Amino acid sequence: MTLLLLTLAPALGGLLALAFKDVRAHLGILLAVSSLHLATAWALWFVAAPPLGDLLALDLPGHLFLTITSVLFFGVALYAIPYVLHATHDPKAAPRIFVPCLLWFLAAMTLVTTSQHLAVMWAGVEATTLASAPLIYFYRRKAALEATWKYLVICSVGIALALLGTFFLGNAVAGVGEGAASLNLVDLLRLAPHMTRAWLKLAFIMALIGYGTKMGLAPMHTWLPDTHSQAPSPVSALLSGALLNCAFLGVLRFYQVVLAAGDAEFAKTLFLVFGFASIGIAAAFMVGQRDYKRLFAYSSVENMGVLAVGVGLGGAATFGAMLHAVNHSLCKGALFLLAGNVLRAYGTTTAADVRGVLRRLPFTGVLLTAGFLAIGGAPPFGPFMSEFVIFQSATQGSQLVLAVLFIVLLAIAFLGMANVLLPMLQGEAPADSPPSHEPILSLVTPLVLCIAVLILGVYIPQPLSDVLHQTAELFGGAHG
Amino acid sequence: MANQADLILLLLIMVDLFMLATTRIAAAVRASAVQGLLLALLPLALSAHGSTSHLAHAGLISGGTLALKAILIPWLLMRALHKVAIYREVEPFVSQHISLLLGAVVVGVAFWSSAHLPALPGNAPALLVPVSLATVLIGFLIIVTRKKMITQVVGYLVMENGIFVFGMSLAREMPVVVEFGILLDVLVGVFVFGIVIYQISAAFDHMDADVLSELKD
Repeated sequence: MTLLLLTLAPALGGLLALAFKDVRAHLGILLAVSSLHLATAWALWFVAAPPLGDLLALDLPGHLFLTITSVLFFGVALYAIPYVLHATHDPKAAPRIFVPCLLWFLAAMTLVTTSQHLAVMWAGVEATTLASAPLIYFYRRKAALEATWKYLVICSVGIALALLGTFFLGNAVAGVGEGAASLNLVDLLRLAPHMTRAWLKLAFIMALIGYGTKMGLAPMHTWLPDTHSQAPSPVSALLSGALLNCAFLGVLRFYQVVLAAGDAEFAKTLFLVFGFASIGIAAAFMVGQRDYKRLFAYSSVENMGVLAVGVGLGGAATFGAMLHAVNHSLCKGALFLLAGNVLRAYGTTTAADVRGVLRRLPFTGVLLTAGFLAIGGAPPFGPFMSEFVIFQSATQGSQLVLAVLFIVLLAIAFLGMANVLLPMLQGEAPADSPPSHEPILSLVTPLVLCIAVLILGVYIPQPLSDVLHQTAELFGGAHG
Repeated sequence: MANQADLILLLLIMVDLFMLATTRIAAAVRASAVQGLLLALLPLALSAHGSTSHLAHAGLISGGTLALKAILIPWLLMRALHKVAIYREVEPFVSQHISLLLGAVVVGVAFWSSAHLPALPGNAPALLVPVSLATVLIGFLIIVTRKKMITQVVGYLVMENGIFVFGMSLAREMPVVVEFGILLDVLVGVFVFGIVIYQISAAFDHMDADVLSELKD
């Protein structure tokens, strides 16, 4: 019942917000629901929640991704307070749909992470698309409309393929074992060794392409840069930091079944192919990128590629991938929120028109520098550690070519990013620009996220390390 | 009754091809309603000899499909169509003749590839897999070859319908709640699509998807 409430509370909170005209009431509901959600998700680490039938249950990977989502959502809710109040002065903005859709978005992501039934999980992923589409069209501009349409069409088609994959999996398991089979994950894992191989493999391919579209794996990533360049920054932070993980979880659920069936090699090859394609294509588009929000979107594509490569390499790299999922969410959440601060002060997403951030917005500038170094994989931040684990695992597994390719592509991406961001940070602010005010709530969340990433680079708390290791083992990892 | 089911499946493919051939958007929307009706009949035809509880399950799914896919969704699309007042698919990316030809190729591919797949367990009709794959592929074809947004939504529906046909082979394994969840997602999806189409027609004065080309690197 707790699990059902965890999904229902934000969904009902969204409905409740619709009843109020005053945006301040909306923000109150947002804060109340998000802190309740965070407290519950946290408490569930200490008190187990009973499963709901065979549809909802909280296992380790689900709980890990639920916690990431919940933490990030709470941070974004704090950031949203000055953001939405500021937007009420913008005639083009639609602040009244913001909180309801944001809460429905949280409900859908919660459903994805707590579902134990693959068809329920699918319904959750589809719901994330529908709940977040109106958020992208927050600023009623033509370009935002275009981004919304592309997001809807590309993701809907992708997710439709994932549903086909889910049904393929149902076919692989039908007729195996006694009684009616189901799409419940526990049943699937138990029956996996006896499944019809052809259907199982097709199911995995469909899920990888379908959920991979939503996750932003190249070459299905094309919605991501358009969406992120138009979506409000808090929404971008959630799309990148929380939603992409949820879609990744979708792929991983199918991978668990493939692993249990003993067909891991073929799936690993696919992970490596899509992973390296994502890192490579993203790196190519990051070099010479003109729009800094698109730059961060391509960086998300790159990092999703890193996750896929980590799982594809297996062994210790799977642990690296799980750690990297945490690091990337924290970093990218911070970066998009900071991009929002820059956008508000300069009024443009074109990198060439932004100069002197460190002078004009000192706090945002310093945090942006830290966030850039972190996501670029510079020590001593968290992503350096997780990428190093993946690299090391590749060299030990006599896959030296892959290891070198991995490092070279990451270096290109880092240089591409530096080339865009460093001129923005340094230089003189335009002389006629008004002095900018930085609301404290727009800095708290990025600051906390950056500190967390810094800590993760130096020291990983034992409980977190245990959870990551155990999760990695479920996805074919091993202690390295 | 395998014969009835096979007949329904054949009719489904004919509706698919009709959608590829027509230039009138209203006709495509009506055809999607017909497809919804056929889909509603399919679970009944497939479970004619099943147990009572199985029949009740099929009846529920059938009723839900009829209400949403044959009535509510086409009605929503028709409303959107009248609101934006665009009735013809002029100058599609690929001409009607070629897209019909492509449709024939796609149907051939679907039948050929499903002959190479392992048979479905149980007594599912032999046409189920090829018709489902062909419908999914034709839906995809409609999405990528048409410019009008409403036609692209119809293409998405056709794709969903193809997947739904495939899901029929799993009716026994799926709780009713889940199936309704999937139907509901499709409904809300069309609703959101409709709102965006309406906004786009207001912002751009017309609703060709290819005017949406401002965002690029």
